[in-house]
Amino acid sequence: MLRPVMTWIDERFPMSKLVREHLTEYYAPKNFNFWYLFGGLAIVVLAIQILSGIFLTMHYKPDADKAFASVEYIMRDVPLGWLIRYIHSTGASMFFVVIYLHMFRALLYGSYRKPRELLWIFGMVIYLCLMAEAFFGYLLPWGQMSYWGAQVIVNLFGAVPFIGPDLAIWIRGDYVVGDATLNRFFALHVIAVPLALLGLVVAHIISLHEVGSNNPDGIEIKKHKDPKTGKPLDGIPFHPYYTVKDIFGLVIFLIIFASIVFFAPEMGGYFLEHNNFIPADPMVTPPHIAPVWYFTPFYSILRAVPPMFGSQFPGVLAMGGAVFILFLLPWLDKSPVRSIRYKGPLFKTSLTIFVTSFLLLGYLGLKPSNIWGQVGSADVATLAAQLCTVLYFLFFLSLPIISRLDRTKAEPDRVTS
Amino acid sequence: MLVVATGAVGAVGALAAISPLFVSMAPSERAKAAGAPVEVDLSKLEPGMLITEAWRGKPVWILHRTDEMLSKLGETAELVSDPDSKLPMQPDYAKNVERSIKPQYLVLVGICTHLGCSPTQKLEAGEASGLGADWSGGFFCPCHGSKFDLAGRVYKGVPAPANLEVPPHQFLSDSRLLIGDDAARS
Repeated sequence: MLRPVMTWIDERFPMSKLVREHLTEYYAPKNFNFWYLFGGLAIVVLAIQILSGIFLTMHYKPDADKAFASVEYIMRDVPLGWLIRYIHSTGASMFFVVIYLHMFRALLYGSYRKPRELLWIFGMVIYLCLMAEAFFGYLLPWGQMSYWGAQVIVNLFGAVPFIGPDLAIWIRGDYVVGDATLNRFFALHVIAVPLALLGLVVAHIISLHEVGSNNPDGIEIKKHKDPKTGKPLDGIPFHPYYTVKDIFGLVIFLIIFASIVFFAPEMGGYFLEHNNFIPADPMVTPPHIAPVWYFTPFYSILRAVPPMFGSQFPGVLAMGGAVFILFLLPWLDKSPVRSIRYKGPLFKTSLTIFVTSFLLLGYLGLKPSNIWGQVGSADVATLAAQLCTVLYFLFFLSLPIISRLDRTKAEPDRVTS
Repeated sequence: MLVVATGAVGAVGALAAISPLFVSMAPSERAKAAGAPVEVDLSKLEPGMLITEAWRGKPVWILHRTDEMLSKLGETAELVSDPDSKLPMQPDYAKNVERSIKPQYLVLVGICTHLGCSPTQKLEAGEASGLGADWSGGFFCPCHGSKFDLAGRVYKGVPAPANLEVPPHQFLSDSRLLIGDDAARS
């Protein structure tokens, strides 16, 4: 019954070929661990966001006079509207949880190293798009945090020398964040960026399947192939082995996801900030404003850099640089081995310092800069953020040197468990 | 050669064709027109009080400074980075120590010159402000910690690079202020 149908399709579209190439005969290393769940989870969260987003647009109004009320209408009057909105808002934060863990995996096992540089770059562009998507989406509820967050971020572009002020006006479509801004952010959030994201995810996966997956040992499984079949000896078909493993991981993830949606959708003000339940007021900035948690490490860097030559552009540059320096990772790491399992103490120490400063920057970005009191006239927290900013960049700038000096261990010939 | 030339012409054509899309994102005629001057009645503004008016969608503060507040400007002159208002953040007629036309009335755009938050009023000097006992009164930006004195002059060592902007304004009479239009003065 099914076979003639498949034959009919295959004569017109390479269905079976696609399934073979990307699932049943895509050979992934057999030693994947916990860290390899997050790529698949990211795709699921993208699907959740697109689906829940479609249904939110059926009720939402991108109009400065109506936006806030239409979100409250979704929360109170639309049948199960609260559920769809909480799924979407939880999905936004969980997307970043999953992506940060996915990126950290690449750092651990050297997944960005040759020949996976382009795979890493596609991933980084996805990360940039995701930040844009989150930023545009955050304006839509038109609460106080939406408004002032957008005001600050758009003004970052205003700090660019010469063209800055005009650029900021062009982005806003008005002299202040207003109805025009909301309307265009809506368009970018629901059409432009999701389209780009989908295309990039396809490119990311095609590129992955072209070069093959890395693994916790960081060695190439293609070096040892079965002489008869030509298949990697340490590889197993993605389907059914990893589809089953990923589904198990997905179930655990969805339990966590649902617990947040049903029991803690605001996550104590970290997923949905308290100030965003107040309608946008262009006349008053809330006393403590901070971006949502996933932007705070970069926000801390922005805040840590003092103005120079009468311009705040250096801070903006440092913040942008903190993201863009990640693109260079494949060319900064000169280590003879890929995986942290075989790297030496220098890299391990350096990575620990990097992760600690990133987390600390994230924490400080959530808090007002006077949280730890003052020494002399300087805020302790600002000094700490400045130190962490230096350590953040030092990880990348020292990588070419320490990866060459480091005492690495010999990589095994075949993957270990 | 022909392929390159055709490709180049095609690329220029494609750029020209999508340029209207980018042009369409500039402020509309309606947005440009919505900038009418705002008239404010000052007769009920007691000394020490501050009112906020919306002008071009931005908050504009009118602070009625007391003599005590004005005397603080001497103290803060050493703490601020542009005490003489050298940067063009005010019309020429407000380029003085008080940064105002009439010393007691300070008119400021209440938008931080760092990244556009609206600073919080910390007009009271001293410990009660929460900014330490040596605070001389002024404004504190909650977003990135910039501080301004009672003339909107920015403190040294904070993220904001310039003093708060003084918008064009003029007095129509002793108690009537017009924000956004200074035709009578210039």
